[in-house]
Amino acid sequence: MSENLVKVTIDNITVEVPMGTTILQAARKVGGEVAPPAMCYYSKLEGSGGKCRTCLVEVSKGSEKDPRPMPKLVASCRTTVMDGMEVKNITSEKVLDARKGVVEFLLINHPLDCPICDQAGECHLQDLSYEHGAEGTRYEFQRRTFKKHDLGEYIQLHMTRCILCYRCVYTADQLTKTREHGVLDRGDHAEIATFIEKNLKNDFIGNVIDVCPVGALTDKTFRFKNRVWFTKPVNAHRDCDTCCGEVQLWMRGDEVFRVTARKDEWGEVKDSSKGGTGWICNTCRFDKKQASDWVVEGPAEVNRHSVISQGHYEKLVVPQETFEAVMDGRSPKLLMDIHSVSEVNKPEKSLSLLDRPAHSTDFE
Amino acid sequence: MRRKLLLEKAHVPGIRTYEVYRKEGGYRSVEKALKSMSPDEVVEEVKKSGLRGRGGAGFPTGMKWSFLAKPEGVPRYLVCNADESEPGTFKDRYLMEFIPHLLIEGMITSSYALGANTSYIYIRGEYAWITDILEQAIEEAKHNGWLGNNILGTGYSLDLYVQRGAGAYICGEETALLESLEGKRGNPRIKPPFPAVKGLWDCPTVVNNVETIAAVVPIVNDGGEEYAKIGVGRSTGTKLISACGNINKPGVYEIDMTISVEEFIYSDEYCGGIPNGKRLKACIPGGSSVPILPANLLLKTAKGETRIMNYESLSDGGFATGSMMGSGGFIVLDEDQCVVKHTYTLARFYRHESCGQCSPCREGTGWMEKILLRLDRGQGKMEDIDLLWDIQRKIEGNTICPLGDAAAWPVAAAIRHFRDEFEWHVLHPEEAQKRNYGLAHYADPIHVPVA
Repeated sequence: MSENLVKVTIDNITVEVPMGTTILQAARKVGGEVAPPAMCYYSKLEGSGGKCRTCLVEVSKGSEKDPRPMPKLVASCRTTVMDGMEVKNITSEKVLDARKGVVEFLLINHPLDCPICDQAGECHLQDLSYEHGAEGTRYEFQRRTFKKHDLGEYIQLHMTRCILCYRCVYTADQLTKTREHGVLDRGDHAEIATFIEKNLKNDFIGNVIDVCPVGALTDKTFRFKNRVWFTKPVNAHRDCDTCCGEVQLWMRGDEVFRVTARKDEWGEVKDSSKGGTGWICNTCRFDKKQASDWVVEGPAEVNRHSVISQGHYEKLVVPQETFEAVMDGRSPKLLMDIHSVSEVNKPEKSLSLLDRPAHSTDFE
Repeated sequence: MRRKLLLEKAHVPGIRTYEVYRKEGGYRSVEKALKSMSPDEVVEEVKKSGLRGRGGAGFPTGMKWSFLAKPEGVPRYLVCNADESEPGTFKDRYLMEFIPHLLIEGMITSSYALGANTSYIYIRGEYAWITDILEQAIEEAKHNGWLGNNILGTGYSLDLYVQRGAGAYICGEETALLESLEGKRGNPRIKPPFPAVKGLWDCPTVVNNVETIAAVVPIVNDGGEEYAKIGVGRSTGTKLISACGNINKPGVYEIDMTISVEEFIYSDEYCGGIPNGKRLKACIPGGSSVPILPANLLLKTAKGETRIMNYESLSDGGFATGSMMGSGGFIVLDEDQCVVKHTYTLARFYRHESCGQCSPCREGTGWMEKILLRLDRGQGKMEDIDLLWDIQRKIEGNTICPLGDAAAWPVAAAIRHFRDEFEWHVLHPEEAQKRNYGLAHYADPIHVPVA
């Protein structure tokens, strides 16, 4: 063990991480279910995190030197690991209960207008509520509404969907020359807005769409054009003077519906091959909507859990399974493994690779 | 009359001016500290005094001061938290309004002890006229050589500024206060790092309440040990209590933390009993965010001991049967008061004052307010009470700053002790609009006050 590495045990899995790493980043290194969900934390934005409280974890042992547990649940995105720290995430009842509470709080004023929301299908709040929320709501009052603000030709703001993660504020601070929007007011009537109606059109302001975990900030040029799961993400690039020019095109046939930055498995913008984070400029995002503008590299990787993987899709990323390790070596008992039992099709044949409708000859 | 340390001279005519204050023995502590003591000796005296933070949490001040990081070449700051916005608390206002020089004297002595050359008084925005009083007092002190460069020829320099807030309760939380002082939105910071390491402009900072800083004056004048002789146990010195509600003599009282709650409410020296021959129903002993207590648990602890007005005794029994000293905002409720309505009022306050940064507090406080309003209007359901309990449980401890806890505790305590009153509001919705629930058994065994 080198001097700068510390050992931390998260849900019975021990990892070694450099000193100064946050619990969340250490847990992401383990991957799978062990990584706490994060709605406001964004590793590429300095100062983000700590606000949404979905990543709360229990620290059952502070460190090797000071083994006392921490009295309260801590925000894993802003708490750094100590040597010998023991953290409980999905193995702690307290954490699961608190997280369920946080999800409920985030949803009580959310309009739940997923059927008409452009973010549906790639929305972190959707994923969060599927994984940690309850089926129904106990909230019986009118949901909060806001006066509409127009943010200009590129960005559509739906304040009712916002969870006030502050990511877009940090993005504007750290990527653009001037920040023209911010959080106005306080408490449950706090809102993202420009103080005086303003057109947001800084070179890199379009990235607020990529960092927004919900459908509060969406692409106006893509608005109501298509559902994300009907479009296919492909990696593409072009020579751009302002940004790295490495993007994901969301295509249907030969038509480019939307351009976004490339994202990793945590929904964050990936590093570009030229170094640095792969933020993209407004020109690439909003103005280059012809397939001929781009050099297409091939299909982008898509997480198997994502609805975008529905239908035919290649290059699926299978998430890491951590159950066995978390449960001290006991693996969950499957009643029936559909894949091994069904044998409906020839296992060597991947249906998503067929360029024609499946035929009876593809099955046994 | 027991001994007073802070308000002793408060009624001397003209004490607000420098001349009178000086003639009454003001600024002695500055002379003593700067001329005959090293900064560490002052800190040592404060440690010996056992002084605890008067802002609400009751953290030992000497210990807080000794945690201050002292890296070379980095300025340190002392910030006085005068953002007194807790409903029911108005002790700092009294202190600053009538004897502003006491605070300034305390600021100079404390800044010297901490090695701060720039200090700030962050004052609540609504206290606009007090800002003027303080600024005038600072002018006078500067004119007479107590502030500025080379104070008393000792080589120690101090600049003192008053900064007005913009009217937010949350800016009384120390890190939100620092953000606001820096000119930003008053959102609490995520701790750690603590202000003692990284505070104002990322420099080591101590944030203390007005009363705490004022208490440094008698500590330095008389010595920490002398100060520690007043009071009992770990509750040393005197405490300002701002009493309000259904009492004959609301106001600010300086107590020495040895008197009983009963004496405080009923004796003529203090609150003077409850008007119109009404009986005591409940009391919030330390400002709106501490748990409310019914009369029977207020006067005596669950063990049957007499409850004393100090840190330990008021919190005896934990939150199950006790409360907290808090900031000393003593709110008395007589038998005509409705606990449901009262809890609603507090919930409305916390919803309005939540900064909206973290989700449990932003969403939960509004939800609680809506349910409480419904209960108060007689439109509530039985499940609402359990729902309220569940909401407060999910807010408490899961937020960035203590405002979430402060919003959750009053609701929890009201349900814990007054559940029958909530149920009565549900079961008798029409009657609940016309009359109050009354005393029920809260004052049992019916107790004859001694004084």
